[in-house]
Amino acid sequence: MSLSEDTRIQQDVRAWLQENWDPDASLIDWRNKLADSGWGVPHWPKQWFGREMPVSMMPIIDAEFERIGAVGVAKIGIRMLAAATLLDCANDNQKSRFLRRILTGEDTWCQLFSEPGSGSDLAGATTRADRDGDNWIINGQKVWTTSAHHAEWGLLLARTDWDVPKHQGLSFFVVDMRQDGIEVQPLKQMNGYASFNQVFFTDVPVASENVVSAVGDGWKVAMTTLAHERRTSDALRRWGKVSDRPGRIYDEERAEVATVMEPYKWYPQRAGRIDLIWPRMVETDRMNDPMVRQEVAKLLMLSYTAEWTAQRARAAQAHGRPQGPEGSLGKLASSHLARAAAKVHTLIGSADALLKGSDGATNGVIAEVLLSVPATSIAGGTDEIQRNIISERVLGMPKEPRMDGGAFRDVPKNPARKS
Amino acid sequence: MEYSFSDEQQQFRDVVQRFMRDKSPMTEVRRLMATKDGFDRDLWVQSCDDLGLAGLHVPEAYGGSGFGFVEVGIVAEEMGRSLLCSPYLGSSILATSVILHAGSEEQKRDLLPDLIAGKTVACLAFAEASGHWNSDGVELTALQSGKDVLLNGKKKFVLDGCAADVIIVVARRPGTHGREGIGLYITEGMSTGLGRRSLDTIDETRKLAELSFDGVRAQVLNDSESAVAAIGHALDDGAIALANEMIGGAQALLDSAVEYTKLRMQFGRVIGSFQAVKHKCAEILLDVELAKSAAYYAAEARAENHPDVSMLASLAKATAADAYMRTAIEAIQLHGGIGFTWDHDTHLWYKRAKSSEVLLDDPTYHRNRYMAFQEVLHELK
Repeated sequence: MSLSEDTRIQQDVRAWLQENWDPDASLIDWRNKLADSGWGVPHWPKQWFGREMPVSMMPIIDAEFERIGAVGVAKIGIRMLAAATLLDCANDNQKSRFLRRILTGEDTWCQLFSEPGSGSDLAGATTRADRDGDNWIINGQKVWTTSAHHAEWGLLLARTDWDVPKHQGLSFFVVDMRQDGIEVQPLKQMNGYASFNQVFFTDVPVASENVVSAVGDGWKVAMTTLAHERRTSDALRRWGKVSDRPGRIYDEERAEVATVMEPYKWYPQRAGRIDLIWPRMVETDRMNDPMVRQEVAKLLMLSYTAEWTAQRARAAQAHGRPQGPEGSLGKLASSHLARAAAKVHTLIGSADALLKGSDGATNGVIAEVLLSVPATSIAGGTDEIQRNIISERVLGMPKEPRMDGGAFRDVPKNPARKS
Repeated sequence: MEYSFSDEQQQFRDVVQRFMRDKSPMTEVRRLMATKDGFDRDLWVQSCDDLGLAGLHVPEAYGGSGFGFVEVGIVAEEMGRSLLCSPYLGSSILATSVILHAGSEEQKRDLLPDLIAGKTVACLAFAEASGHWNSDGVELTALQSGKDVLLNGKKKFVLDGCAADVIIVVARRPGTHGREGIGLYITEGMSTGLGRRSLDTIDETRKLAELSFDGVRAQVLNDSESAVAAIGHALDDGAIALANEMIGGAQALLDSAVEYTKLRMQFGRVIGSFQAVKHKCAEILLDVELAKSAAYYAAEARAENHPDVSMLASLAKATAADAYMRTAIEAIQLHGGIGFTWDHDTHLWYKRAKSSEVLLDDPTYHRNRYMAFQEVLHELK
């Protein structure tokens, strides 16, 4: 891409924004304009609200938006996984039904993959979809579903064939969440928050036209969603960034961000809050305790080396070199780090670790660390699964012999839960 | 920070790796570790000639190649991987660095070219019976005698102390305490009054000596206030080089353990297919990669004269030492019974891990030192 083309694109977007940007417009009107013009998602295909520009152009375009404080299309929440999945796997009819309202932020989405009986073994899903004329009838239970209580649409993985091996019997559906037979219950976690839901399906009809890709291709589509999830999980921290400018459009955007970010309030705590180690040591005057010094040093060293390891992976990518082992270790390193942080916070606080809320250290934040850290080694792939992936893909070690081949009907499963 | 090696550095690594593979197979390591000096002088001269190993971070004015410390790290890592028996750490890093930091222009021109050519080997005699590399604990005295000094006392844990032609001694003026009165002095291996005893080391690939000084005549290298700082710089260089050496050794252990688990059959399957084994290997890999990040970062910081290089040296030393030792323990475990035999090579790295853990002070010391630097950064001291 030549420099002149950079400049041309920059001039184009600048001119368009000058003509159209209006901070007093409604958020949805403005985003419809973005969708129509292709400037909301310029890296998407022309046919679908984009301009087919290379992703490498995005920083130039984003910078122009930022320069004048122009709001972009909806970019946060599970809806982005929906957009990416539909763009990759859906047919034109589905794309035209769903993509625009994802970009405008009118529709909220949720992801219905995990089940009480299938966590690490996602392909062992037993939520069933049975054909009934032009419909599929859904029965079963999903869990860990962020935003299900206010979502318009859900991405559902369900079993359509029980007589083939488990990965081949799954299909991928788009489900209208506002219909009878779907019951959403908040799921309260050990840290007191209820950031997720359980979703119960009882004889819920889904039209055949809502099957994404072919019947039986559900696992492949779900893998696409998960690949996007892994790619965007780094961006989570940046999600909360909102403008503090006055104006109707900013008010509406702030409200949207607040709703989407609500379930993630405790995420910094589950990572361990290393940033609070020094303030806590000063506050408690534990600086000169040799044991505390040793443990804090271990924690800080782990924190820095994990960060540098991620930097090495990024540098290799930037140089176009094949990714080394350092690229697969981040998740496992964060688990170790979170646990070590909880241990050190306890060591520093000693009896303070008995208390939470306003009685607890740092107004309860430390207690939240202690009670949120166990999620880190489970969510998004348990440490055990990570170690399998690392040993098999990086170290080339063989897989364990499997017990789940053949028709899924005959595979040993968890007993069905009573709801 | 680059967080990656340049293409030239990568090529340099390939060359060093090839050299080690050709010149230092395990049969050679085993032969040399049974000799008194513990390394082959001819091979050392050759590695200085062919690869310029001894003068990598020495300015060209003194016969060095003027590279940065990243190249030192690469060499150290490859030496650690191949378990090369050489005076690199003792002579080319510790002694050479102290000369660079403390010596006069004339002394540098006099001493460095021969060291860099491999014609002479030097050692830094620092630690004493207390076993710490810390100026405060030095008891050996330097008594003025004309423009020379007479050294009296004992040094212990001296790397390549028996093989060294040039001996650099940390000593104090009689009657001084703490860091006051600390100076650096130079004498020769054959000096009158110098007794040298090779210590019986756990790690036979790394020779240590006890040196006793009974009125040994020595020249002043530096007896000004800057001597302590120069020693500090040399120790940082040593810790960073050693950290890089350690990650090379740890990687070699991981590679050999993983390879073995893919071959060894028990219960009708290779043991590398058991999750108990796979998960252990995944954890070792994480340990080793984190330690690599620490060692590489410290080497790059040293190359760029980063203001926090001492803190980073301690971070790298502590992290790499713990990772190496854990890897060594698990590597033997993964090999099972055969890993405990003399004929199998794993124990040679295990012993190197142990000697590296303690040499230039142990991880507990370095973590404490790291915290002291952190306190300064946080303006608490």
